[in-house]
Amino acid sequence: MTDAAAEPILTVEHLSMRFGGLVAVDDLSFSARRGDITALIGPNGAGKTTVFNCITGFYKPSVGMIRLTHTNGAEFLLERLFDFRISKHARVARTFQNIRLFPGMTALENLMVAQHNPLMLASGLTFLGIFGIASFTQAERAAIDKARYWLDRIGLIERADDPAGSLPYGAQRRLEIARAMCADPVLLCLDEPAAGLNVRESGELNELLMFIRAEHGTSILLIEHDMSVVMEISDHIVVLDYGLKIADGKPAAVRDDPKVIAAYLGVHDEELDEAHAEAGL
Amino acid sequence: MSVLSEHSTGHRFDFLTALKRALLSALIAFGLFSLLIGIRTDTGPTGALVLTGRPALLAIIVGLVFAGALVRELILRDRGIALGRFVSPDLLARAQALGKFVGLALLGFAILVPIIFYHDRYLLDLGIMILTYVMLGWGLNIVVGLAGLLDLGYVAFYAVGAYSYALLAENFGFSFWICLPLAGILASFWGILLGFPVLRLRGDYLAIVTLAFGEMIRLVLINWQNLTHGPDGITGVPRPSFFGLPFNNDDGGFAHTFGLEWSPLHRIVFLYYLILVLALVTNLVTIRLRRLPIGRAWEALREDEIACRSLGINTTNTKLTAFAMGAMFAGFAGSFFATRQGFISPESFTFTESALVLAIVVLGGMGSQIGVAVAAAVMLGGFEFFREFAQFRMLVFGLAMVAIMIWRPRGLVATRTPSIFLNREKDINAELVRRARTKTWSWRRAQHD
Amino acid sequence: MDYFFQQLINGLTLGSIYGLIAIGYTMVYGIIGMINFAHGDIFMVSAFLGLIAFLALVAIGVTAVPLALFLVLLIAMALTSLYGWTVEHFAYRPLRRSFRLAPLISAIGMSIVLQNYVQIAQGARVKPLPPLIPGGFTLVSSKTFPVELSNVQIIVVVTTVVLMGVFSWLVARTRLGRDMRACEQDLKMASLLGVNVDRTISYTFIIGAALAAVAGIMHLLYYGVIDFYIGFIAGVKAFTAAVLGGIGSLPGAMLGGLLIGLIETMWSAYFSVEYKDVAAFCILVIVLIFLPSGILGRPEIEKV
Repeated sequence: MTDAAAEPILTVEHLSMRFGGLVAVDDLSFSARRGDITALIGPNGAGKTTVFNCITGFYKPSVGMIRLTHTNGAEFLLERLFDFRISKHARVARTFQNIRLFPGMTALENLMVAQHNPLMLASGLTFLGIFGIASFTQAERAAIDKARYWLDRIGLIERADDPAGSLPYGAQRRLEIARAMCADPVLLCLDEPAAGLNVRESGELNELLMFIRAEHGTSILLIEHDMSVVMEISDHIVVLDYGLKIADGKPAAVRDDPKVIAAYLGVHDEELDEAHAEAGL
Repeated sequence: MSVLSEHSTGHRFDFLTALKRALLSALIAFGLFSLLIGIRTDTGPTGALVLTGRPALLAIIVGLVFAGALVRELILRDRGIALGRFVSPDLLARAQALGKFVGLALLGFAILVPIIFYHDRYLLDLGIMILTYVMLGWGLNIVVGLAGLLDLGYVAFYAVGAYSYALLAENFGFSFWICLPLAGILASFWGILLGFPVLRLRGDYLAIVTLAFGEMIRLVLINWQNLTHGPDGITGVPRPSFFGLPFNNDDGGFAHTFGLEWSPLHRIVFLYYLILVLALVTNLVTIRLRRLPIGRAWEALREDEIACRSLGINTTNTKLTAFAMGAMFAGFAGSFFATRQGFISPESFTFTESALVLAIVVLGGMGSQIGVAVAAAVMLGGFEFFREFAQFRMLVFGLAMVAIMIWRPRGLVATRTPSIFLNREKDINAELVRRARTKTWSWRRAQHD
Repeated sequence: MDYFFQQLINGLTLGSIYGLIAIGYTMVYGIIGMINFAHGDIFMVSAFLGLIAFLALVAIGVTAVPLALFLVLLIAMALTSLYGWTVEHFAYRPLRRSFRLAPLISAIGMSIVLQNYVQIAQGARVKPLPPLIPGGFTLVSSKTFPVELSNVQIIVVVTTVVLMGVFSWLVARTRLGRDMRACEQDLKMASLLGVNVDRTISYTFIIGAALAAVAGIMHLLYYGVIDFYIGFIAGVKAFTAAVLGGIGSLPGAMLGGLLIGLIETMWSAYFSVEYKDVAAFCILVIVLIFLPSGILGRPEIEKV
């Protein structure tokens, strides 16, 4: 049991993704340790969301292996699991770059939907539920409690019955994370969770993620552009550029890596210097 | 310049443009109607076509268009009346708050109808027909309103139910009470069968394929004469009995057993209560399912399918369940239809039926039980009311569909009631609720990060 | 073998008609992502317009068939375009911002309106027209089964080819064609860049209707009989053709049309006539399940 716990929770090996002639991700390998907050960063177009979509079952990788290990030793090859199975069996949950809440349903309902699978079982695939069997009512009450717990954590208890679509942006982002947590994941994948948040909200996000990691032991993998979030809370950073991994290590090391700086800020163009010199500028 | 003269100058200027626009509308109308309305083709004595001119009719219609356009330009533009907002939002909100009472009142009325109108066979028949469509509407509501799946072939399951009943009764001699559940099971089985290959299609495509299925069923019914008797249909479908007591004038019959004087109305009243119970069962099951995980999954599916998948919900099974449930209730309704009429033929199961039920669901507000019931009553009542204008009925129906989509696309009941509350009950404005979606143009490009 | 050859000719002719209608479906779907349910009925209206125009011309003394047909074609194309424009303007444009089920229902409503309008205006019975273009060529004379290519068939195919040429030129070389392609790629961006989106969409409907009008006249000449219901069936088949060829692809629509025409003719010839419509529906289902992007279409990748 200890062996499995010491294993990285997620191992990505030689992952490549091709769309026709375009190579979006080129031979990417990295691993994420259990209980770590791992960040995937890089300029726009680097392939980060593509990697995410491969890990979370929305794309089938052209080449490569993605292995997820639970503490009990169960292994899942994510490149072969699709669709809903990644969340249901491998227990990987995610949020989306453009928030995908259920806008016409209340915050509470959103969180209840996340607990669909255990509730379906408890309702005997609905048949028992129709007749109001006690085991189902109990399960439902437990689910509501869990939802209440998370609503409390993200400060939305008062707005539990408001439609998710009417909540302010920052609240929606937090709700999406809470909804992912209600699905009881071992790996939480967040796609730009801090996008559009101001400084205070980013700070609250950091707290929330640290809390999730500490209290629930959930490993977190996140894509992010906001360096204040990334540097503050990540244990491990992987940097992509044009589909290739250009850096992989602790935040301090990555921050000072010249290749990373070049990727974000651009490289000094020698040809331009020559041209300027010739023109006498 | 005084306000008065500014106003009158503006008015005159408006009049010219209004006149021009109205003329343009009249010209367009003339173009559209010149050949098809202005000239009539009839089959002459030799079999060839004979033309008759109808210049007067054409002139009248073009004139009406001109007048209408002029009125619209002058009056409405001047006052800025938006036709869709005749009723203020406050009033609507209050009306919707009374929703529950309205529902109970309607139910009470429905129960009392046979008692109040006992001797009016016409009204009882009308009531039965309306309730049949209410049931169909509630059934389709599960598929379209809750799960957001565009089903344009609902009539197929209706037909399966009706034909199953007729054929089972004809070949095996089962009574209504056995055939009814069997028909429902067959229909839902058919729903799964049809649903399985197509449920990963998106919006518009799903609509067309379900439409194709509906038509295929109808064509098979017409052409597979050995099984279905083809276009002649099946006659002599057994009538229902009162739990074994037939509704005839014999000694073992219903009337005699209960010491009543025989009347054909007994069967009609029984049929009425039967469909009422069937419809109510549909309603209650739907309400109950909405509170269970499956119902919530249906609505989540409608809101955002990708998010559902990311939460571990098996969207294929969820869609199949919605399809099967909807099909089952259509099957029950079909059974009832067969026994009520005593005769069925493929003509009763055309695409127009599917369109009608879909219109009921959309007009009702997609997801609202009461809305669907009221919409069914209004639509079918309207249909009956205009019975004399048989040909124009359908034309008006089509126009009504277009008009409703333009003026009140959300339907009669524009709110959604959440299925579970933490603190206090509140309805959600329909603006926020995602309706059955089809693909949008921005998804067509290959997207990658 | 001769029988097959004949069916081949028949199938290609029928397929040309379907192809012309399919282009209308594919263009509208490409540009605003909507299935124009009423398009098949526009085709039906055009057939009626052609019929009446022809009879009227004959009645006022234009008896030279080629001249009359030419005028009929022009009139039908013009008026059908007007119908197409009107339907778009009143039933679809107001709903462009609305939720996506709304235009579909509106389209179903318009389809019902058009069918019943024609039914009321002209009666529900079928309308026959005596064959106007007699004669043809016997390609293979044999005692068992001569293979004949009628003049009508030649006209249908030639007209289709010419129109396809004109139309391809229009899309590739003119300003309008460029606007249409831009709108098809990204409507919002096109409008931001100054393309008059409303007008472009109107033109799309107009051109689609005009092509459907040609198909309607061809149908009238080829079959010699029309009724108010031909739009529905032809519509579904033409839509199948558009999907088969790859929705959004113009050569695909024509290719799909030809294939559907061939399949339908072969099915009727070798299997059963009654179920030929079912065959078309089955193809639709099979194509959508196994090859949703069609033969010439682009595979769509959903953005998550």
